Amino acid sequence: MAIHQSKIARNIWLGIENLLLHKLRSFLTMLGVVFGVGSVVAMLAVGEGASKEALQRIQKLGSNNIIINSLKSIEEEGSSTQNSHMSIYGLTYLDYERISSNFPNVQQVAPAKLIRKESKAGSNILELRIVGTTSEWFKLVPRQLLAGRVFDQGDVDNFSAAAVLTEFGARRLLANRNTIGQPIKIGGDSFEVVGIIKNEEGMAGNIQIPDQQVDAYVPLSTVRKYFGDIFFKRTSGSRTLEMVELHQIIVQVDDVKYVESTAAGIERMLQNFHKKQDYVMSVPLALLKEAEATKRRFNIVLGSIASISLLVGGIGIMNIMLASVTERTREIGIRRAIGAKRSQIISQFLIETVVLSTLGGFVGLAMGIIIPLIITYFAKMPTVITMQSVILPLFISVGIGIVFGLYPAINAARVDPIIALRHE
Amino acid sequence: MDLVTFKNIHKVYEMGAEPVRALDGVDIGFQKGSFWAIMGPSGSGKSTMMNILGCLDRPTFGQYFLEDKDVSKMADDDLSEIRLKYIGFIFQSFNLIPQLTVQKNIELPLYYLGWDAEKSAERAKVLAAKVGLETRLNHRPSQLSGGQMQRVAVARSLAVDPHLILADEPTGNLDSKTGDQIMELLTELNKEGTTIIMVTHEPDIAAYAHHRLHMRDGKVERIDSN
Repeated sequence: MAIHQSKIARNIWLGIENLLLHKLRSFLTMLGVVFGVGSVVAMLAVGEGASKEALQRIQKLGSNNIIINSLKSIEEEGSSTQNSHMSIYGLTYLDYERISSNFPNVQQVAPAKLIRKESKAGSNILELRIVGTTSEWFKLVPRQLLAGRVFDQGDVDNFSAAAVLTEFGARRLLANRNTIGQPIKIGGDSFEVVGIIKNEEGMAGNIQIPDQQVDAYVPLSTVRKYFGDIFFKRTSGSRTLEMVELHQIIVQVDDVKYVESTAAGIERMLQNFHKKQDYVMSVPLALLKEAEATKRRFNIVLGSIASISLLVGGIGIMNIMLASVTERTREIGIRRAIGAKRSQIISQFLIETVVLSTLGGFVGLAMGIIIPLIITYFAKMPTVITMQSVILPLFISVGIGIVFGLYPAINAARVDPIIALRHE
Repeated sequence: MDLVTFKNIHKVYEMGAEPVRALDGVDIGFQKGSFWAIMGPSGSGKSTMMNILGCLDRPTFGQYFLEDKDVSKMADDDLSEIRLKYIGFIFQSFNLIPQLTVQKNIELPLYYLGWDAEKSAERAKVLAAKVGLETRLNHRPSQLSGGQMQRVAVARSLAVDPHLILADEPTGNLDSKTGDQIMELLTELNKEGTTIIMVTHEPDIAAYAHHRLHMRDGKVERIDSN
C-alpha cells in the first residue's frame, strides 16, 4: 500500500513537472476552471447569505405562529375624512375568545391593543406607543429581559398598573435614570415600571415584526379599564373617532404541521363574523416555505450558470490536452517502445489533466472565498460560505479533469508507436 | 541456442489493390550473444523486420519465438511487457524525451518496471558512468551533442539488463568518428554477453557485427559471417 501511494504521488509530481514546462499555457488553461469554481463558490456564498438573512427574520416571527392584524377597510378609509364619523373596524375581543377556545391545535393566543398616550416620567413628556396585552405575549414574542420582570396573569386579572418598557422606550422616556420601580404617568394615570425588555426592529418578509416601534407593554385589562376602546385619530387637521378593540392577535399552534390548517380554520371563522375585510392574516411558515422555495430556485439558476462556466472551462482543458497529445506524439511513441502499456499512457495524461483542473479548483476556491468577503465589506451584504459550497466545487473540478481528460488520454494511448517514432 | 527464432514470418500490408509483402517468409535464428547487422536497400523489409523483432508489430503469418515464448500472437499489453523486460532500443534519431534530464531518460524503463526512485537513480548513475556521461546527469538532451545523446540512449536501453538490443541505424545521425565510438561501445556490450541486432546500410558499420543478413524483397538474400 505504501509503495502504491508513493507511486501515485510520483505520478502526480511528474504531472506537475510536465505542466511547469509550459507555465503560461498551463495557467491560461486553468483559468476556465478557476473562474468557474470561483464564481460557483462566490455565488453560493452570496445566495446563502441572502436567504439566511431572510429566513432568520421570518424565524423571529415564530414558525408556529399565525399573526392577524386589524386593517382599516377601504370603505372606512374613504368615509373617515368626514367629520363626526366614527370608524369601527378590526379584530374584536370576541374574535380573541373564539380563537382561544374553538381550535384544538391552538396552544396560546396573545391579543394586542395599540394606543398612543402622552406619558410623563419626571419632567420628560412624550407620546408613547403602548401595547395592551396579556402575559402570553412574552411567550409568543420571546425577547431578552434586561431588568425586572414582565407582567403575569395576576397583573392582568388585577388590572394592575404595571408597565414593561422596551429598551427603545426606556431610552426615550427614562434616559439614564434608575429604571425599575420608577413611577410614570400614562395619559394621566400612574403606572409603575416593572421591567425592561429588548425589542426587534425591521421587517420579516412583508410582515412587520410585532414589537417594532413599541415603547411599553401594559396589561390589556388595565388599558381597557383606564382608556376604553374609542380613540381620537388626528389626520392632517381633521379629527376622527376610531373604535378598534384589538389591533393584533398572535396565535401559536402546537405543531408546525397544523399551522396551515389552523390558519385556514381561523380565516373561515373570521369571514363568518366580519362583513368587511378588516383584518389581514400572515403565516410566517408560509413565508418561510416561500423563502425556501425561492432559495431552491435561486440555487438551480446559479447551478446552471455555474455548470455552463465549468463546462466551458472543461472544454478549454480538453482542447489544450488534445493539442498537447499531438505535440507529444513522439514522446508517447518512445514511452510505448520502451514498454509503457496503453493504460500507463492513459493514466499519465489523465493525471496531468486532473492535476491541472484540481489546481484550478483550489485557486478558484480561494477566489470564491475572497470575493464574498469583499462583497460583505463594501456592499454590506451578508455572505455565508458553507462546507458544502467549498467541497462540492473541489469534487467538481476533479471530475472535470477526469471527464475532459479521458478523451485526450485515450487518444494518446491509441498512438501507434511505429508511426509515433517517425513523427517529427 | 537461439535467442530469437523466426519461423516462416510473413508481413503483408493491405494498401490499395496490391497487397505489399514486406516480409515474405523469413526463417532465421539469432543466437544468444551474437551481433548481427541487417542490411539491404530501402523497401527490402529491414524496417518491418526490426518492428517485428522489437515487438512493436505482429507478423501477419508465422511464428516468432523470443527464447521459448511465442510472441507472434501476444496481446498489446503482453508485448509492452516483453519490450520492457527483454528489449532495449537504440534509434537513429536518439528518441530521448526532451523535457527529461539525462538521468530521468535513463530511468524511464525502470519507472515502468515499478522501481522506486532511489534505486532507479542509483542504477542510472552506474549506467551513465558506463557510457561516460556521469557528469551530464542533470543536463537536458538539447544540451548534449549527438554522440552524447546516443550514449544516453544506449544507457537507457541497458537499464533493465535486456536480453536483446535492437539498434536502428544507430550511427545514421552521427559523424564517422562519433559513430565509431558508439560502435565500440556496442561491441563492448556484446562482449559482455548482450545480443545485438542492428539495421544499417553502411558497410563499414556493418563490419562491426559478426553476421550480416542481406535482405531483398522481403526475403533473406544471403548471410555472411566473419
